[in-house]
Amino acid sequence: MAATDTTAQGAATTPPAPRAPRRGSVPGLRWLRRHLVTLAGLATLAYLVLPNVVVLVFSFNKPNGRFNYQWTRFSTDAWTDPCGVADMCGSLALSLEIAVWATVGATVLGTMIAFALARYRFRARAGVNTLIFLPMAMPEVVMAASLATLFLNMGIQFGFWTILIAHIMFCLSFVVTAVKARVMSMDPRLEQAAQDLYATPVQTFLRVTLPIAAPGIAAGALLSFALSFDDFIITNFNAGSTVTFPMFVWGSAQRGTPVQINVIGTAMFLVAVVCVLVGQLVGARRKHSKRS
Amino acid sequence: MTATAAPPEERAEDGAPPLRRTPTRKRLIPYWLLLPGILWLVVFFAAPLVYQASTSLQTGSLEEGFKLTWHFVTYWDALAEYWPQFVRSVGYAAVATALCLLLGYPLAYLIAFKAGRWRNVVMILVIAPFFTSFLIRTLAWKTILADGGPVVGTLNALHILDITNALGLTEGHRVLATPLAVVCGLTYNFLPFMVLPLYTSLERIDPRLHEAAGDLYARPATTFRRVTFPLSMPGVVAGTLLTFIPAAGDYINAELLGSTDQKMIGNVIQSQFLRVLDYPTAAALSFILMAAILAMVTLYIRKSGTEDLV
Repeated sequence: MAATDTTAQGAATTPPAPRAPRRGSVPGLRWLRRHLVTLAGLATLAYLVLPNVVVLVFSFNKPNGRFNYQWTRFSTDAWTDPCGVADMCGSLALSLEIAVWATVGATVLGTMIAFALARYRFRARAGVNTLIFLPMAMPEVVMAASLATLFLNMGIQFGFWTILIAHIMFCLSFVVTAVKARVMSMDPRLEQAAQDLYATPVQTFLRVTLPIAAPGIAAGALLSFALSFDDFIITNFNAGSTVTFPMFVWGSAQRGTPVQINVIGTAMFLVAVVCVLVGQLVGARRKHSKRS
Repeated sequence: MTATAAPPEERAEDGAPPLRRTPTRKRLIPYWLLLPGILWLVVFFAAPLVYQASTSLQTGSLEEGFKLTWHFVTYWDALAEYWPQFVRSVGYAAVATALCLLLGYPLAYLIAFKAGRWRNVVMILVIAPFFTSFLIRTLAWKTILADGGPVVGTLNALHILDITNALGLTEGHRVLATPLAVVCGLTYNFLPFMVLPLYTSLERIDPRLHEAAGDLYARPATTFRRVTFPLSMPGVVAGTLLTFIPAAGDYINAELLGSTDQKMIGNVIQSQFLRVLDYPTAAALSFILMAAILAMVTLYIRKSGTEDLV
């Protein structure tokens, strides 16, 4: 508000304050000032990506001892023999299996809840909304310990099923939120139009509602998969002696980390990037074909 | 990241179909839709919490079995013994959240307003870590912050470690096994949870508002302070909550990047439950943590005036 109208012409591009000329007189400094936000953002991005780069680089390392924290020399051994470490690929397969089932379970149950919340008005709404919100707002360690206490006292054997139950439980809320947001933002007149055209409720749901909700359901499913696959805290409490991939990594931090862990980490990153890129391309093409 | 979608949809609720006179069979549809999922949450989320409340009031041992004796002293003992870890957890989480906001805001702003056709690329780089094992990435910080590594070398050369030493964040000429390493790991791990809600709320801001502010002779800094930042408040609140809550309960960063001097309350709960097998103490500690976080979150939401978030 201190800006005076003497330099009003340049107001849109450069700050016209009286002090500005002195501070921005050096061209380099002015450039730096104008791009400060961009540079800070890129620095944060670098901070986010740096560990991924380190994981990639150290997947080509040949460490001297058991720990792969120091660069010794280049080698592709780990990439040619990714399953060369005992039990690692087994834990990876187990994590994938659990993630798939947890995704299926959470997506089905969560989508049903989301439709009930978005499409109907009923008395327990507020209570249901709170119950959905709480697991996302609760520290994981609290949920993990309380669920494990329950299993322990019921005498239920820890293992595959207890992990799966826990994963569906904490993925559920995220699916509900993702699907609900999508269904809420959809135009109710589309369904009315379908009904006006004599579509049965089932036809309306399958041909109008479900396709519109699909991106939300897909986002929820993708999120569930990622959350379940990567979960350590809740799994650690509820797995017993079953070892998922994150638990294998955790254990290896104490015993010595094999290079193959970096290989898997890098491969996961690349697969994720490719999946997202393909998704974006498909989405862009669909948008394009719709427009033309 | 999804909780950010909460504010607009909560408002949209008023537009939900009104209660009409419908046959009973139809009126029961929402309940049938809710039943399996809600049952799952009640049995495996709500009931365990109640169960844990009773566990925290039990006494006994693993051999003799635990009995409900309304032993409230467990809470007092747990607090008396582990209050430093509680204070540390809240402190580390608060610093990490502040750093996430400080670092995450420019990045979210960059994606929302400046990235242009690079927007998708930047978004992928923010989201992709979600799909890579975060334990592996946290272990990578051990390499980055290694004692003889370039990062610590640079910090030493610039005498930054002298400053952090004075602040009690580091000790000697190293970063690993100090509070700085734990806070760095926490900030890193929860940064996407800050960036995504911030981006969602920044993206909703009409760019014409920026132009209008400029036309009214507001400097960029004033535009930011009076227009952009207030409008991004829902994102700030959602982001700080999504960062602070998991960070306060985390024990992975403290375990992998810290030493025994940086133990957080999550580490204590984990070791009480999985190693010491003292379930009442573990349950009491979880309850104190939960209550403390609920209290802080409620206060924060009240203060920030965005109650429609919950």
